[in-house]
Amino acid sequence: MAKRAQPVTALQAAGGTLALLVVLVILGPLVAVLWRAEGLSDLRPADWAAIRFTLIQAALSAVVSCLAAIPVARALARRRFWGRSTFISLLGAPFILPVIVAVMGLLAIFGRSGWINSALNGIGAGNIEIYGLFGVVLAHVFLNLPLATRLLLQGWLAIPSERIRLARSLNFRERDMRRHFEMPLLAATLPGALLVIFLICTTSFAVALILGGGPAATTVELAIYQAFRFDFDLGRAAYLGLVQVAICVAAGLLAWRFARVSQFGGGLDRPAMRWPDDSTRARVTDRAVLVAAGLFLLMPLLAVSAQGVGAITGLPLSTWEAALRSVVLALASTALAVGLALPIALLIAGHAARAGLEGVGLLSIAVSPLVVGTGLFIIVFPIADPVALSLPITGLVNALVALPFLLRALVPAAAAAEASQGRLADALGMRGTARLRHAILPRLRRPLGFGAGLAAAFSMGDLGVIALFSAPGQETLPLEMYRLFGSYRTNDAQGAAVVLMALSLGLFWLFDRGGRVNAAA
Amino acid sequence: MKLTTPIIAAGCSVIAGAAFAQTPVLTVYTYDSFASEWGPGPQVEIAFEEICGCDLQFTATGDGAALLSRLRLEGSRTDADIVLGLDTNLTAAAVEAGIMTEHGLTPEGLTLPVTWDDPHFLPFDWGYFAFVHRANMEEVPSSFEALAASQTSIVIQDPRSSTPGLGLLMWVQNAYGDRAGEIWEGLADNVVTVTPGWSEAYGLFLDGEADMVLSYTTSPAYHLIAEEDDGFGAAAFDEGHYMQVEVAGIVATTDVPDLAAQFLDFMLSPAFQEIIPTTNWMYPSALEADALPDGFETLTQPSEALIFSAEDAAAVREDALSLWQNALSQ
Repeated sequence: MAKRAQPVTALQAAGGTLALLVVLVILGPLVAVLWRAEGLSDLRPADWAAIRFTLIQAALSAVVSCLAAIPVARALARRRFWGRSTFISLLGAPFILPVIVAVMGLLAIFGRSGWINSALNGIGAGNIEIYGLFGVVLAHVFLNLPLATRLLLQGWLAIPSERIRLARSLNFRERDMRRHFEMPLLAATLPGALLVIFLICTTSFAVALILGGGPAATTVELAIYQAFRFDFDLGRAAYLGLVQVAICVAAGLLAWRFARVSQFGGGLDRPAMRWPDDSTRARVTDRAVLVAAGLFLLMPLLAVSAQGVGAITGLPLSTWEAALRSVVLALASTALAVGLALPIALLIAGHAARAGLEGVGLLSIAVSPLVVGTGLFIIVFPIADPVALSLPITGLVNALVALPFLLRALVPAAAAAEASQGRLADALGMRGTARLRHAILPRLRRPLGFGAGLAAAFSMGDLGVIALFSAPGQETLPLEMYRLFGSYRTNDAQGAAVVLMALSLGLFWLFDRGGRVNAAA
Repeated sequence: MKLTTPIIAAGCSVIAGAAFAQTPVLTVYTYDSFASEWGPGPQVEIAFEEICGCDLQFTATGDGAALLSRLRLEGSRTDADIVLGLDTNLTAAAVEAGIMTEHGLTPEGLTLPVTWDDPHFLPFDWGYFAFVHRANMEEVPSSFEALAASQTSIVIQDPRSSTPGLGLLMWVQNAYGDRAGEIWEGLADNVVTVTPGWSEAYGLFLDGEADMVLSYTTSPAYHLIAEEDDGFGAAAFDEGHYMQVEVAGIVATTDVPDLAAQFLDFMLSPAFQEIIPTTNWMYPSALEADALPDGFETLTQPSEALIFSAEDAAAVREDALSLWQNALSQ
């Protein structure tokens, strides 16, 4: 397989250059902060406590999210029901919510005066207390279960239907399916999913602090925030930024060590088939899992919508302008992210040191947006007015943050396409654009749609670096929403949150749907 | 297409700048909510431009702390002429960093409850920190000690990321000195959670997650005047209430020092001061009580105004922070 490692298209060759550029844009700002700080300052004992807490909560959150995602992904892969496609899109919603909205939704359900405690009080039972490590993990699972589910689901969907037909004719039992299909596909997808979610959780800040219930739940990101904002200790901020890079590299190596490439071989790209040995027990379990996941992920969204929907008609004009600005920005970010991700993914897929290269993309979720933003500010400031460039810079950073999700979705699919179609294409002498168009791209459409949807929604919902650069009249919708919250206008802010949620979901659905046109799933 | 607009705009402003070179620009760095559509910014801009023959431009960054770090990051190359929105817990750092120059004005008619003699900064508004609660709350605590002894739940802000959070730290430190650590240990079980900023804390309070939230005595005025809802109050504490005084000063590298001084002068005039109460929801710094809007007379009046000097605030911060962190990390 390694002999097909040579680049097959100019697009692929460009991948290397782009990957290098990405590293520069992520690490350049870190270097800029370091340079401006004129050296590192020592960490304090509290910083080490923050690093420890960050690692513990991120590891727990990643493990729980992924373990919970296994039955959900399996149920989605095995069941066909009316509205399944919409259900899958909706399940993705928590991942793309702005943090403050997600927290409010969760608290409306699990908080002290949330639905669950109100119900418990109604029947005279005790209270559940959300604040603490439990709350942090609960929130991170809420935010990341959708991503974990989708990443694992891709593994199930990648099984050629011919294989399942064969399994049926061989009268495979559930145990056999597990051994021959599920274990290998989990071995291929689980390490990557764990890694991505672990890294997302390491840069958590507001969620960890609010649901953690106090300063014991201090993360590295909060320590960086403090170093920048109150202490103006750039050396400490840079040190902590380097710690984040080290965590990313270590976690990446660990995941790489355990990752296995799936070896299901090729198929004719027919729609998936019903699984064999579909017992009543399996059907009941799958349904129960889907109902539970649906309730857990959708109730907080429902609560947020219920709070804010009444305020939508009264929203000020500036909110709608901000919404328009955000949609345009999200589309631009997505185009940029896809333009970066496709060549890099093709390069990685044909490369032996795959995980190492993919780590490049992961850096952008592991490194603090605050460090990247501040570093870019330091770089741009002597050359141009950072405020005038606030929207392009925000778009660029959002695209970079979305890159790893796109890569995660694209790389396995590109590798699988290369593995299943590569030999045939070789035999036919297909090279360059023709190979890309006929052999590879058609198999990337689904993950590309999914990844682009994530990128768009993420860019839409993320506050990003605009908060560092903004000028009046350039607000994005998330920033506008924070400003409404900050000016006592809670009702309007909740209305803006619903608009934001609807637009994010709409963009995600549009791209994701586009990737699945003509597909049975 | 959208991405090209800033470039076009930048191009236009260069052309405009060349054509109207005689119109000086005053750049005011401030925090987000001051410059926002609902803040004082837009009205202040109109009022000042009527008298200054200049173009007043706001640049907004996060909160007071973000504002200061932005200025320190830009150093001597900053475009800022005025920085508006630091509070007295931050001013010492700004002066120490050499960003500010003395304003050289002798302010008259200040209505702060404390005397003012800072050579670098002038106050534009102020408020008392207070725990805000629903008006129907039973047994509102009347001191930190009573609060600690009660079952009352509170949400507060993190002093490492939020200016009100830092204000609360200073409040306890100022009122209790050596006993501050003990007070925080007593409060630990009342604290539902700590939020990164004011907005999250106030949102949690409104959603019923806690009985009280750290905010200002003027917060109920917003609900009363803007929402016609008299269902909120601020607890009066016997120890007195710590003040947040928000200030503005002239940046050392300004190229329009006279215009900057004119702005500070304007800032203490009624034209500016009358905008403050119902946009920033704070007390104006140079306006008599009878000129305040209806509703402000209903607000809690603290028995004593507490405040550290800028130097003392900077000196006690580090220790106060570790006391806080240790007490609440248990």
